[in-house]
Amino acid sequence: MIRALWMRFTDKIDPPLFATAFTLLVLGLVTLVSAAQDSPARISSQAVSILIALAVMWTVAQFPPQTMMRFAVPVYVFGLALLIAVAVFGDVVNGARRWLNLGIMRIQPSEIMKIAMPLMLAWYFDKHEATLRLREYFVASLLLLVPVMLIARQPDLGTALLVTAAGFYVIFLAGLSWKLLVGALLGACASLPFLWSLMHDYQRRRILTLLDPSSDPLGAGYHIIQSVIAVGSGGLAGKGWLRGTQAHLEFIPERSTDFVFAVFSEEFGLIGNCLLLLLYLLLIGRGLAIAANAPTFFARLLAGAVTLTFFTYAFVNMGMVSGILPVVGVPLPLISYGGTALVTLFFGIGILMSIHRHRKLVQT
Amino acid sequence: MRLTEFKDHQRELHYFQLRIGIAGVFVLAAFSLLLLRFVYLQIVQYDYYRTKAEDNRISIVPIIPNRGLILDRNGTVLARNYAAYTLEISPGKVNDLEQTINELGGVVEIRASDRARFKRLMIEAKGAISLPIRTRLTDEEVAKFAVNSYRFPGVDIQARLFRQYPLNDLASHVTGYIGRINDRDVVRIDKAGLTANYKGTDHIGKTGLEQSYEGELHGVTGYEQVEVDSAGRGVRTLSRTSPTPGNNLVLTLDIKLQQVAEQAFGDNRGALVAIEPATGGILAFVSKPGFDPNLFVDGIDPASWDELNTSEDRPMVNRALAGTYPPGSTFKPYMALAALELRKRTPQQTINDQGYYQFGGHRFRDDKPGGHGVVDMYKSIVQSCDTYYYILGNDLGIDNIARFIGQFGLGAKTGIDVEGEATGVLPSQEWKRKRFKNPEQQKWYPGETISVGIGQGYNAYTPLQMAQAIAAIANNGVMYRPHLVNYIESIGSGERDLVEPSIARSIKLKPENLEFIKRALEGVNIEGTGARAFANAEYTSAGKTGTAQVVAIKQNEKYDEKRVAERHRDHALFIAFAPLESPKIALAVVVENAGFGARAAAPIARQVLDFYLLGKQLAPPAIEGPGDESYD
Repeated sequence: MIRALWMRFTDKIDPPLFATAFTLLVLGLVTLVSAAQDSPARISSQAVSILIALAVMWTVAQFPPQTMMRFAVPVYVFGLALLIAVAVFGDVVNGARRWLNLGIMRIQPSEIMKIAMPLMLAWYFDKHEATLRLREYFVASLLLLVPVMLIARQPDLGTALLVTAAGFYVIFLAGLSWKLLVGALLGACASLPFLWSLMHDYQRRRILTLLDPSSDPLGAGYHIIQSVIAVGSGGLAGKGWLRGTQAHLEFIPERSTDFVFAVFSEEFGLIGNCLLLLLYLLLIGRGLAIAANAPTFFARLLAGAVTLTFFTYAFVNMGMVSGILPVVGVPLPLISYGGTALVTLFFGIGILMSIHRHRKLVQT
Repeated sequence: MRLTEFKDHQRELHYFQLRIGIAGVFVLAAFSLLLLRFVYLQIVQYDYYRTKAEDNRISIVPIIPNRGLILDRNGTVLARNYAAYTLEISPGKVNDLEQTINELGGVVEIRASDRARFKRLMIEAKGAISLPIRTRLTDEEVAKFAVNSYRFPGVDIQARLFRQYPLNDLASHVTGYIGRINDRDVVRIDKAGLTANYKGTDHIGKTGLEQSYEGELHGVTGYEQVEVDSAGRGVRTLSRTSPTPGNNLVLTLDIKLQQVAEQAFGDNRGALVAIEPATGGILAFVSKPGFDPNLFVDGIDPASWDELNTSEDRPMVNRALAGTYPPGSTFKPYMALAALELRKRTPQQTINDQGYYQFGGHRFRDDKPGGHGVVDMYKSIVQSCDTYYYILGNDLGIDNIARFIGQFGLGAKTGIDVEGEATGVLPSQEWKRKRFKNPEQQKWYPGETISVGIGQGYNAYTPLQMAQAIAAIANNGVMYRPHLVNYIESIGSGERDLVEPSIARSIKLKPENLEFIKRALEGVNIEGTGARAFANAEYTSAGKTGTAQVVAIKQNEKYDEKRVAERHRDHALFIAFAPLESPKIALAVVVENAGFGARAAAPIARQVLDFYLLGKQLAPPAIEGPGDESYD
């Protein structure tokens, strides 16, 4: 009886995906204990977030992809409306207009777009599956660019990047011809000077300091310099858990959130980094496999885009901390402290699980 | 239809899987890039980043050692340290210095001299973390500032050890002084490889023993390794290496004797060096006027500095060490000894002094009008007959004089253990060749030898050299290197590093010749030019007066003291040792522009000898107008 209930409870859960994600969560908590020594409240708060995120994952996994398809348009429109609302009435925090105050809580609508974007585009391509022409790609690009511009204007470069990536993955997987792809890339390169002129000063500075961190060692370059020192000084085996000097003597900024990887890397060294890369590869590999075997065009596109978004998170964050990418506000998936990102990520994992478990149902 | 649809479906799936595959390859490539980056940072560049992290984490805080003390031979302290509070500004942390100082002036008293000194330090001690605006705060001032300190970020009260010279200007040229480390010092320290040992040290010896024994006095800087966080706050101490305090210098100098000697000079300028003949240990080392070394310790204010440097009396010149003077008649005993040793004269040979010596169309005058009559060697010394030595000089020749007298260390550095010694001039043909460039000037003229014979001409020696030379006579030709430090005392272990007397030279002299000269010098103090100064002395002594011309007197012109500007008056000299049989002290005195040696210099020597040998302080003997004995 109990066994049956347990089976019922877990039948939508994909064991490999869950095991990998869970291991990452544990690693994240272990690192957080070290990174957030001066604010222990973060550990319990993160534990609560994990429970909520797991509940979200379980819930999402219960819904078949067709249900999600029905929600694609409303969620996208809702998200877009909120983004416009933010642009008009949003609260300014730290110089950026990202938050919408709903009275009881403040939400960050751009976060919704991380899921809503691939959902919408997958739905769109699925709908026009038989007649994919240039026009469809153009419309898809518009669907992508409008919210991205709104997010970038807040400004929130990290989220804009992730949403763009998610949308781009859908378009790419939908079969965007190589000619168009190369053309789009060239176009993007050509528009770089234009983008540069649109950027805020602090964004330009971030890019400049990436090229030469020592140009501003006490200002914008400080974060990069200190996090690279943390990573490098970790060496092969790391300084040991709780023994990272860069972390504990407060040389690393944002050490439990965006720069948590610097703490991890300092304390666990190259061996730890390899383990982390391996876990992410397993997670992404499993996600891509699910996408490859998904029954419908919608499901394939959605699963592929969600999985590759995971990759984007991981790559951008680790690249930023180790000093090869500019500083953009992208957390390390499943490791960084922060409930919002965790919920969004497990929402994605829930989608993957749902697609995997419902593949036979659809085919029949 | 169904089939094509199925085929399409399959093809489409296949196409999608290809794209997934491409994405997978892209993921692998991107992760490989990360892996390469990690390997580069954590393996290839590991040492570099580990060092960087350690540098971040560990701050080395120097612990300054206490500077060694300077004591006289009886343990009287000449230089010591005391703790005091200073008000210090960190220029790097203060935006508007001028305004901050103005506001500080409302809390504690800040004099114009404090401001001027601070400005000078800003220039001299570039890069210093903090500089004093006020030193020696009273407890009340400390409390007042503490209450207001929130208004003054970058301004702190610091407890510092200060150097103090409790005897003020007494023996100031011996101790010298310490001052703030300036740019030149930094370069020197760096060249000596001592940069690490001077981390945190603000002061360094600038002159005198403070400078010469800097290495002993400074000590070894300790340090604390402190773990600091990113804001620079100390988290914990990792290790501590205690500093080793500097060593104490215990001198051969007798500060009471020094005091007697300095007081004996009155307001006169000049120098006195007293040496223990059997060791070379210096008993008194006077250069008048002196200065207050305490002025220099926390940065001298510009007004005092200007006064010291522009004063005509030149109080900053160490006359005993760096002043050179013609020896005048104090040169005669050495000339006589040269004549005996080189067999140019016997004591019995006489001359008939008419009051001058005619040579090559020049008339070299004797000081005594009409001359001394029949003069043998004994009388030539006791009465200081110039004519005798004009002739002797000519007979010996300049190179013989230079060779013989050079043995007494005249015209050469003595190697005393304090920096800044002058070489002086022992004239010779070779010296003249090197000294001048013009061939006409390089030539030595026989007439020049005649002036040298009475201690004039090119002759120029430091009082220290003169004292060393007479000490060599006193010690029967065995000459010791003069030294000021008796032993160096290590504070921790109490170990004493004795400065062993070292023989500079053993001059081969015939005992009967030496005996004769000593007897003649005794005669000076009994029946000669020194007799008045040494009247009723309770010990036997040897002495020789001297008067050195500052400005050449023209032929046939009579020197008239009253008509000559004070600065151009003759220097008075006296050399002496006592007791005669077993000399305990030898000395040389130079009193600048004071006229006859018998009148101005000999009484100073008498007081010094009386105090050293008998422990008594006489009132200066009354000085009368020039009498017979004042000719020399």
